[in-house]
Amino acid sequence: MLEINNLNVHFGVIHAVKGISLKVEDGGIVTLLGANGAGKTTTLRTISGLKKPTSGQILLNGEDITRASAIKRVEMGISHVPEGRRVFSSMTVQENLELGAYLRKDKAGIAQDFEMVFNHFPILKARRKQAAGTLSGGEQQMLAIGRALMSRPKILFLDEPSMGLAPLLVQEIFDIIKNINKAGTTILLVEQNARMALQVADYAYVMETGSIVLSGTGSELMQSDEVKKAYLGG
Amino acid sequence: MEQFMQQVVNGISLGSIYALIALGYTMVYGIIKLINFAHGDVYMFGAYIGYFCMTTLKLDVLPSLLIAMVCSTILGVAIEKIAYKPLRNATRIAVLITAIGVSLLIEYGTMFFMKAGVRTYPPMTGLMAQKFHIKGLVITMQQVLIVIITIILMVLLQFIVKKTRVGKAMRAVSLDRDAAELMGINVDTTISFTFAIGSALAGAAGILVGLYYNSINPLMGVMPGLKAFIAAVFGGIGIIPGAMVGGYVIGVVEVFVSGYLNSMYRDAIVFAILILILIVKPSGLFGRNVREKV
Ligand SMILES: Nc1ncnc2c1ncn2[C@@H]1O[C@H](COP(=O)(O)OP(=O)(O)OP(=O)(O)O)[C@@H](O)[C@H]1O
Ligand SMILES: [Mg+2]
Repeated sequence: MLEINNLNVHFGVIHAVKGISLKVEDGGIVTLLGANGAGKTTTLRTISGLKKPTSGQILLNGEDITRASAIKRVEMGISHVPEGRRVFSSMTVQENLELGAYLRKDKAGIAQDFEMVFNHFPILKARRKQAAGTLSGGEQQMLAIGRALMSRPKILFLDEPSMGLAPLLVQEIFDIIKNINKAGTTILLVEQNARMALQVADYAYVMETGSIVLSGTGSELMQSDEVKKAYLGG
Repeated sequence: MEQFMQQVVNGISLGSIYALIALGYTMVYGIIKLINFAHGDVYMFGAYIGYFCMTTLKLDVLPSLLIAMVCSTILGVAIEKIAYKPLRNATRIAVLITAIGVSLLIEYGTMFFMKAGVRTYPPMTGLMAQKFHIKGLVITMQQVLIVIITIILMVLLQFIVKKTRVGKAMRAVSLDRDAAELMGINVDTTISFTFAIGSALAGAAGILVGLYYNSINPLMGVMPGLKAFIAAVFGGIGIIPGAMVGGYVIGVVEVFVSGYLNSMYRDAIVFAILILILIVKPSGLFGRNVREKV
């Protein structure tokens, strides 16, 4: 589905992503792990078209989208839940979800997807008319995910969805991520919460200062000594 | 009392003009965080286009208004595309200096083509020359026209911003440009659209002022531009209802100062208001610190 070849990204002289390659198979959940500043967010932002790479190639279903606009990528089925939620704070929950469906014209399909989002996140239905900025952190994360689902994506990027949430809520968010995946959406998940992320992952990559240093299936990495030491607390 | 009410009427007429200009400042600031110094000159341009339509082309008020709005829109969008868009990733100070440069270019360009002197709008005739006498108050047809057109444009603006797809895109880009792009919103088009709307309103203000005060000149945009900017800051820059209220407040204050104190103090007091807001509530009347939970 998604293939990254030898991707390099710079911010001025900072070499944030150093020639990484990775693959996300159709229907799977792939996790990208790494410490602060490893380049995970930069990688996602480059794949969704917010940041231009210096070199390398991004293929979506075999089509080269390295130079495509962010709009084109949304049309092609990429949807991105950014780090820190980034909901439109002074707009209502309803308006946020409508914006998620910005490029769509099929009224009936959009109405269906509103129901689908409210099924995943019943609390959003109750909060429909409320300004997004007044939601709790967990509710904002749900809204950010719901908004991303409104474009009916083929592949969903999630950038640290568990950040700042209480453990119980983290569990809930991960359960929902699994459900979304079961319903047919491929997922690329960036996390620092390694234990949870590896449990759900079909395949995982570990990033360190801009490079991928380790990869394997979720259970392989759970057993790996390096991962245990660096990310699972011994 | 009669004099008081008369001042209110005059203040509301003038305030409408400021409000129309202030809306453009506030919307452009909201979306690209730029104080568009050339905005007052778009207003001046609208006044000249109106003058051209009503003298050379001998058109009526309403068609002239529409043409002035369309031409101002074109100018505003052209300024954005030519001068500001290439600087999208430049520092804010670079864009600000560019804005001042564009402003001077338009002012002195107009002077070059139209001469520096004042031009006078044709005298009003027929319906447009009507005056209404209500309990000792005198309300001119121009004043009625200014207020009605301003209200229509504001209602239209609210509708566009709140209800339409492009209005929602405008708000989304103002709130978070990256997140808006992730929704598939075309940020460049949305910014251009914002300039278009703001400039159309300024163009309308320009011709309305021509009708109201009769005389126009190439530097007429400077002071009203500054005062409309103050109106936008007063209401909370970036906030649309704030610009409307701010425009009316500045208009009424100015007329009252001229009427009861001395017209020499008029500008000084308006600028004193600016300083006062910046000290007391820098976020403006409607401004609030957006609550964000992490
Ligand atoms: N806009 C920017 N300008 C300059 N440098 C940047 C910018 N964004 C990121 N960087 C740098 O790129 C590197 C990678 O950052 P990135 O945000 O991708 O890391 P991350 O893995 O997502 O970290 P975290 O887990 O803290 O979110 C860091 O060294 C960071 O300082
Ligand atoms: Mg990050």
